[in-house]
Amino acid sequence: DAGSGVVAGERRRVTVRGVVQGVGFRPFVFGLANELRLAGYVTNTGEGVVTEVEGAREAVAAFCVRIAADAPPLAVVESVSHESVAAAGETGFRIEASRSQGPRRTLVSPDTATCASCLAEMTDPGDRRHRHPFITCTHCGPRFTIVAGLPYDRANTTMARFPMCARCEREYTDPADRRFHAQPVACHDCGPTLRLLLAAEDGRPVVAPDRDPVAAARRLLAEGRILAVKGLGGYHLACDARNAASVALLRRRKNRGDKPFALMAAQLADVEPLVRIDDSERRLLTGNRRPIVLLRRRSDAASESIAAEVAPGSPDLGVMLPYTPLHHLLLGLPGDPPGPRLLVMTSGNLGGEPIVTDDEEVLTTLAPLVDAWLTHDRPIHVPCDDSVVRVVDGEELLVRRSRGYAPLPVTLAFPVRPTLAVGGDLKNAFCLGQERHAWLSAHIGDMDDLATLTAFGRAERQLESITGVTPTLLAADAHPGYRASGWARRHAGERSVRSVQHHHAHVAAVMAENGLDGTAPVLGVAFDGTGYGDDAAVWGGEFLLADYDGYRRLAHLAYVPLPGGDAAVRRPYRMALAHLFAAGLPWDDRLPCVAACPDDERSVLERQLQRGLASVPTSSAGRLFDAVSSLAGVCHQARYEGQAAIEWEAAAYAWLRDDGASGRGYRFGLVSPSGGGDAPLRLDPGPVLAAVAADVLAGAPAGLVAARFHTGLADAVRHVCATLRERTGVATVALSGGVFANALLAAGCARGLRDDGFTVLRHRLVPPNDGGLALGQLAVAAHVERHD
Amino acid sequence: MGHGGGGTLSGELVQHVFAPAFGGEHLAALGDSALLDIGGARLAFSTDSFVVRPLFFPGGSIGDLAVNGTVNDLAMSGARPLYLSCGFILEEGVETATVARVAQALGAAARSAGVEVVTGDTKVVEAGHGDGLYINTAGIGVVPTGVDIRPQRAVPGDVVIVSGPVGVHGVAIMSVREGLEFGVEIQSDCASLGGLVQSMLGACQDLHVLRDPTRGGLAAALNEIAQASSVGVVVQERAVPVPPEVANACAILGLDPWYVANEGKLVAFVPRADADAVLAAMHAHPLGAQAAIVGECTDDHPGMVVARTGLGGTRVVDTPLGEQLPRIC
Ligand SMILES: [Fe+3]
Ligand SMILES: [Mg+2]
Ligand SMILES: [Zn+2]
Ligand SMILES: [Zn+2]
Repeated sequence: DAGSGVVAGERRRVTVRGVVQGVGFRPFVFGLANELRLAGYVTNTGEGVVTEVEGAREAVAAFCVRIAADAPPLAVVESVSHESVAAAGETGFRIEASRSQGPRRTLVSPDTATCASCLAEMTDPGDRRHRHPFITCTHCGPRFTIVAGLPYDRANTTMARFPMCARCEREYTDPADRRFHAQPVACHDCGPTLRLLLAAEDGRPVVAPDRDPVAAARRLLAEGRILAVKGLGGYHLACDARNAASVALLRRRKNRGDKPFALMAAQLADVEPLVRIDDSERRLLTGNRRPIVLLRRRSDAASESIAAEVAPGSPDLGVMLPYTPLHHLLLGLPGDPPGPRLLVMTSGNLGGEPIVTDDEEVLTTLAPLVDAWLTHDRPIHVPCDDSVVRVVDGEELLVRRSRGYAPLPVTLAFPVRPTLAVGGDLKNAFCLGQERHAWLSAHIGDMDDLATLTAFGRAERQLESITGVTPTLLAADAHPGYRASGWARRHAGERSVRSVQHHHAHVAAVMAENGLDGTAPVLGVAFDGTGYGDDAAVWGGEFLLADYDGYRRLAHLAYVPLPGGDAAVRRPYRMALAHLFAAGLPWDDRLPCVAACPDDERSVLERQLQRGLASVPTSSAGRLFDAVSSLAGVCHQARYEGQAAIEWEAAAYAWLRDDGASGRGYRFGLVSPSGGGDAPLRLDPGPVLAAVAADVLAGAPAGLVAARFHTGLADAVRHVCATLRERTGVATVALSGGVFANALLAAGCARGLRDDGFTVLRHRLVPPNDGGLALGQLAVAAHVERHD
Repeated sequence: MGHGGGGTLSGELVQHVFAPAFGGEHLAALGDSALLDIGGARLAFSTDSFVVRPLFFPGGSIGDLAVNGTVNDLAMSGARPLYLSCGFILEEGVETATVARVAQALGAAARSAGVEVVTGDTKVVEAGHGDGLYINTAGIGVVPTGVDIRPQRAVPGDVVIVSGPVGVHGVAIMSVREGLEFGVEIQSDCASLGGLVQSMLGACQDLHVLRDPTRGGLAAALNEIAQASSVGVVVQERAVPVPPEVANACAILGLDPWYVANEGKLVAFVPRADADAVLAAMHAHPLGAQAAIVGECTDDHPGMVVARTGLGGTRVVDTPLGEQLPRIC
């Protein structure tokens, strides 16, 4: 028997905390104990996985090391604690039933891409799950999006409605099996079923007559049709990326403007002719999270290899590889008849609304957009969009943190009481915290629509139930009109709602994810599009001396008027004219931004600026990017958020790639407050505007101007930080805000600051944009609370 | 300076400063006018102060506003407006001819609204302490028996009607005050709504809510009602009439016409069964010729106003803040 070789000796109880349930941890422990000839047991508890092992001293020691080091792929071991217990003289090792009493401290795993073993099985004609669209095991598959509550058992998932067949049940209950306690396990006999529905004349979908829904769907895609395809956290709209007419039709139907579509490629080889891929990007693309990775296009890419409409004017392509069995089938397994190998895969939603997850609703809401639905009957409990990342200096930079990442917590360097931070109104994600954990939600979206507010409420309830956090404190942005803040006030009941200034939250977010405990302040550089300032101005180019408890605004970009709020954002030429106006520079007809402004609008805008009508002052760095982008003729109308800045960075990038040299950076002014005192320094963009205008009038290429601007802004950040270090003695700089999604600026600032001897903190775990805001709100609100 | 904007800030002043300081059950209702039972008669009583610049604008003057503003506040409780008081605060040095023109306009407006100015007062302040002249008016009207019109009375199922195109007055005032040229002159819609309301009551005694969407515009009015009645309001975005010249001016300036002030428009919440009759009565009146059904009340999302867009989305329509504050950029 298994225990015959066990040498009596030491016995230890080992507790492993983290993402350790539903990821094959107990079978792994079972195997490890047997390999090391240890006796004892393993079980799941509210604390995590608890195991007792007994045997030779060296074997017990090896066990304690390897339990963390060799953990299964989806496990995230946060801590391992062990204690000596009295030896029991036991023989054999067993897996015991879960003990659910006590507090819940276990973590749910994110949804994970189909693993190599499952992929091999689904490709193997001899396997009983050959071509099974829902194949999964403890190492892969849906988790977060199907869980309604803890403990993570099948009954608490949307798989509850699919009773296992005898064969699946055997795998599920066999500790030696890869599917031991894999909650979504299923097969052709017992699992969810795939259906292809076709849009009929009267708009009511009908089930396709074909026996094989996947083969029929592939035929439709090859014919240029647009399909809704059910994924892990929502539906995608899919079409052949090489078919210009289909892509253009999808763009028109979705009312998408110029915003780039993401691509799903059958294999890396299918996109390699289009984009440059380095090693870290390759690892991200093929790893088990499978985000959309933003990759630089090759300038020499053959133009016919992809429809121009996929990402018009964009320097990047967003690319992902298949991450569900259905995706693999849709893009074709080896030996399948040829079909499209590059699909546009964009979120299945109406502009601005959250990704659609309801199987009934999707048939009506997406009806105007699609020709067919490839769907199934395993419900999605919460929506979860694709994550978006790019690589900067070899490091992962999250643009959108969602599928594959949520709901993994960020570990804090200080404990917090149970708190809900509701986040911002753009790219909303909220955050629940308790003790040293901060759980950031999946991407919720822009809080414009009732549907998004509803999705927010539902996601909040789910995250509470899978984390066991019952918040006693709420944190919200200080903006009086933010809908997220309004939600917090409406739902607070007896609990207090703490207001957190937007850029303070940004800086606190970088501090928190970098493990700062708040005992020492940092120089926070928060550059973004907008945030409500203490003086009711729109901030966004801020240098804050900050810890969690408070901040002082030491410097900022000089104020310029933001003429007509959203109009200035949507029409960057207005921002260029406002910046020229603020700098006292003439609106020369030869400047592209002046030419871009219609005559009637120009005269009204001039009056508007003179009179300060509907023109809040702003120090926004994002708006400065918009201004120079239009001033140099790169982008005058923003059809999606950040377009002018993205194209401006692309122009600089292309110039540097092709010509190498940037020339000297433009010089900002640095103005001390009149009369000294505590007033902040002002970083004046006026001289930059003058220099850009002069270069543009002299015929300088936009790429060169853009390169000089990026260098100049990075130099200015460096210079201001050096000045502030002299004043404060603080030598740690934290970079945050959506503007730092700009790789050129982020890398330039970080390099320069390090050369000057600064410690530079950047985002690695949460996005620098407002998608990471809630983490900072949590840190500020809950940390302050400690002192009350 | 945000406290006069008709948005959340002035709302907060009323709620947290004035109401507690003054006390009294009638003020607590916080309607546009107070309803008082005096010797068996149901009186509506309201006051308003007028500080508009410039004093004269296309389509009207501060004199017209001083009458119509108060008369409309009375009319929004269903009252037939009867008598006005009128206080002038003059800045030293203001021309007599100017005062006379304002007084003429005020008198003409009162006559056409069918009210009588029965008492008044004049004060002079030092030069530099006023913009030429300010006017305060107060008014009294009688509410017919059986009429109960209050912001709290909207119920799910009610139909929302606006009496005509929105945003006109605010854009007219702004274009003259700020010297903005939009190619066409935009005239204020300033008018007295007492007659229109009486016609509507003729079609349906049981009007639930009336509101003149002045400061903060249509968006403020709908949000106040949604909150006061705890109902959701769904507006069909394309059904709300906005004149093209107003839409164009707002687009250039970066304003939303739903947030721009009106002076001669009303919003009505009426029982579904009576909606067609009320609409027909409005169409028969010159001030309601372009009246339109724009939405309805629901028991979903109580206290919130949403606009259903052409694409089928549901955009949240916020209560305006005092200032033009971009929420997202
Ligand atoms: Fe921000
Ligand atoms: Mg009033
Ligand atoms: Zn697997
Ligand atoms: Zn089965």
